[in-house]
Amino acid sequence: MTEIPDLDPYVERWNRRHLLDLERLSEDELVTLLDVAQILKDATEGCRRKVPLLSGRTCANLFFENSTRTRNSFSLAAKRLGADTVEFGSSGSSIAKGETFTDTAKTIEAMGVDWVVTRHQTPGTPHLLSRELDCCVLNAGDGPHEHPTQGLLDLLTIRQHRGSFAGLTVALVGDIAHSRTARSNIWGLKKLGAHVIICGPPTLVSQRWQEIGFEVAHRLDEILPRCDVLNLLRIQFERQNARPFPSVREYAALYAMNASRMKRAKDDILIMAPGPINRGVEITPEVADGPHSVILEQVTNGIAVRMAALYLLAAADEKRAHTGLEYQSVV
Amino acid sequence: MNRPLLIENGTLVDPSQNLNRVGRLLIQQGMFAALDPSDDDLPEQCQRLDATGCLVTPGLVDLGVELREPGYEEDETIHTCSHAALAGGFTTILATASTDPVIDSHGAVEFVRQKATTARGARVHVLGCLSKGRDGEQMAELGLLAEAGAVGFSDAPRAVPNDALLKRTLEYCRMLDRPIFDRPEVPELATGGVMHEGQVSLVLGLKGLPTEAEDLAVARDVRLAEATDGRLHVGPVSTMGAVDMLRRVKDRGIPVTASCCPHNLLLSDAVMRTYESRFKVHPPLRSPRHVETLRQAVRDTTIDAIQSGHMPRSREKMMNDLDQAPFGISALETALAASVTALLQTGIVDWPTLINRMATRPAQIAGLEAGTLQVGRPADAIVIDPRESWTVDPNAFRSNCNSTPFERMELMSRVSHALVSGEIRFARDEVIAAAK
Repeated sequence: MTEIPDLDPYVERWNRRHLLDLERLSEDELVTLLDVAQILKDATEGCRRKVPLLSGRTCANLFFENSTRTRNSFSLAAKRLGADTVEFGSSGSSIAKGETFTDTAKTIEAMGVDWVVTRHQTPGTPHLLSRELDCCVLNAGDGPHEHPTQGLLDLLTIRQHRGSFAGLTVALVGDIAHSRTARSNIWGLKKLGAHVIICGPPTLVSQRWQEIGFEVAHRLDEILPRCDVLNLLRIQFERQNARPFPSVREYAALYAMNASRMKRAKDDILIMAPGPINRGVEITPEVADGPHSVILEQVTNGIAVRMAALYLLAAADEKRAHTGLEYQSVV
Repeated sequence: MNRPLLIENGTLVDPSQNLNRVGRLLIQQGMFAALDPSDDDLPEQCQRLDATGCLVTPGLVDLGVELREPGYEEDETIHTCSHAALAGGFTTILATASTDPVIDSHGAVEFVRQKATTARGARVHVLGCLSKGRDGEQMAELGLLAEAGAVGFSDAPRAVPNDALLKRTLEYCRMLDRPIFDRPEVPELATGGVMHEGQVSLVLGLKGLPTEAEDLAVARDVRLAEATDGRLHVGPVSTMGAVDMLRRVKDRGIPVTASCCPHNLLLSDAVMRTYESRFKVHPPLRSPRHVETLRQAVRDTTIDAIQSGHMPRSREKMMNDLDQAPFGISALETALAASVTALLQTGIVDWPTLINRMATRPAQIAGLEAGTLQVGRPADAIVIDPRESWTVDPNAFRSNCNSTPFERMELMSRVSHALVSGEIRFARDEVIAAAK
């Protein structure tokens, strides 16, 4: 068993009960999350050992959409902290029998869980749950809206390699329209001081992003030489009603990160992808497995940021129970 | 028959007679009998209603309410709907055919009329289906529906995507002298949308309903009305593009009419950030630029009428995520106050103009003898306390549906009495004075 780190100074700075999105987090809150994630990653020897900070508590995974990595990552994070986990899925559960998601969530809460980690195909469902339930709610992806822990793990990975975000240019490339990873990354990156470029075909990258304050680009080759980090987002065929581009071949020709594009990139460029990756669509195998790729580090960091989120939310909950402090409002 | 009734001390606001002054109004045998009668002219046993500080106006007329009965009684019944209407000041509502079975036959029209008579709430007029089975393909039996009492035709809240059908119907209806009501939307551009497509939907990751879905449909509608010389009403509309199009064809003298909803005049898409289904309305709450344009369009008569947009849906249907929850809103009981808050509190229109848009003009569009206080007309009137500020509590609604975007909002002005055919069918407090 490893030594238990002192996280009290961080808990002092944290006042949220739920982690619903990154858009509403302050720079200070983001830094706190990343700091705690780094401490916990180190304390668990790279997320491999246990630190029983939260033993006796229970984390419910309530997933209305398929997921392997996020779900397992949350489970591992909870277990590394000594908590128990319980799994709910939409198929085979009462959701399939016509129960509404709030009723399902309330049932699970009544079983005495401390956190509900939820994924749903519709934006805003974690926000609705957070108003219905008397426990911590963590958003593990709400449709194309946000995936805050994915955003955090991307931020942590960049910070581990570059130390800070000031002066960095980060491009999110691909299916922005349907990407919750993009919608979490943009706010986190912006608040921490990076320059964000959103890149993809106009059918997947709305011009309105520019009105909101982000650089929009449609040609990867034009922005590539300026980029310090590329985050390559998967084309989410399952969320598209009509194809937003003529063919996968054409998309790959314009946007896939391949060996020849790598030659035109900065020497120290970081290649990231939230996974699952479509080899040959947004990234070729030699790049995915090459020296600039940090895709597998992202996976490990996922456990670290989820430990941090679970820990801070639970600690804030306990702090409130002792002091009667009010939480920051959800909306 | 009811006793004669004198409404006194209130400000009579009737745009149909350019009336906007304190006066008294005598009602006898279900009709407006005299304006400013002297005490000597009052009949025996005359009831008095003291409207001091209040407005006395024609009962409001709603151009499109979803009744939901028969078939969806969990959402609303003819009884609950017609009483919700009265509480909101609507003494006449036009019922759209979003029922099961749909209102595409003589018997179906008769069913609604019978039920409405028994309910003794607001007057309920039927909009017959425009297409048989409301399938958007074949013309319904419009002539027979008109004979049965349908005052107009519509597939609302569904759009009529078939251009040829709409054109034929507009032509055919000229001989029936009944208007066609179209809810303008190109369905292919709106598939899966839950809110206004714009910056807010982009950030929230919610599927948008683009303005062009409405703009294109309005463009088609007005062009077909022009080509056929048919009577067409489009609405509710919600976009700058729709307003622009309507303004241009109206300038050319084409007699198309249009309406919009109070919530589109008061709220913008920013409220969707709470992800609550009570904001899921159709047409959607648009960005502030559209809201401002709509307000001006109501002022300058580009938009003729305000309709409540009442689309009741049961609580269990609304207790869902934004994709699963239907478009739904209980609007009859808040429509007037929301319109006052949006248009009067902001100084955009005055009371006579607002009553014109909510009573006189919609009655004309539907070809009804309502929307006026004229002597000799059926005594459908309301009393409004213009200074009452109230907090919307959906649990106090008479409607079955308690989903409202105005929940807990403070709105201005409230209906205290509603009369249909001279009978006080709604009184917020019983304050009717003793007989003479």
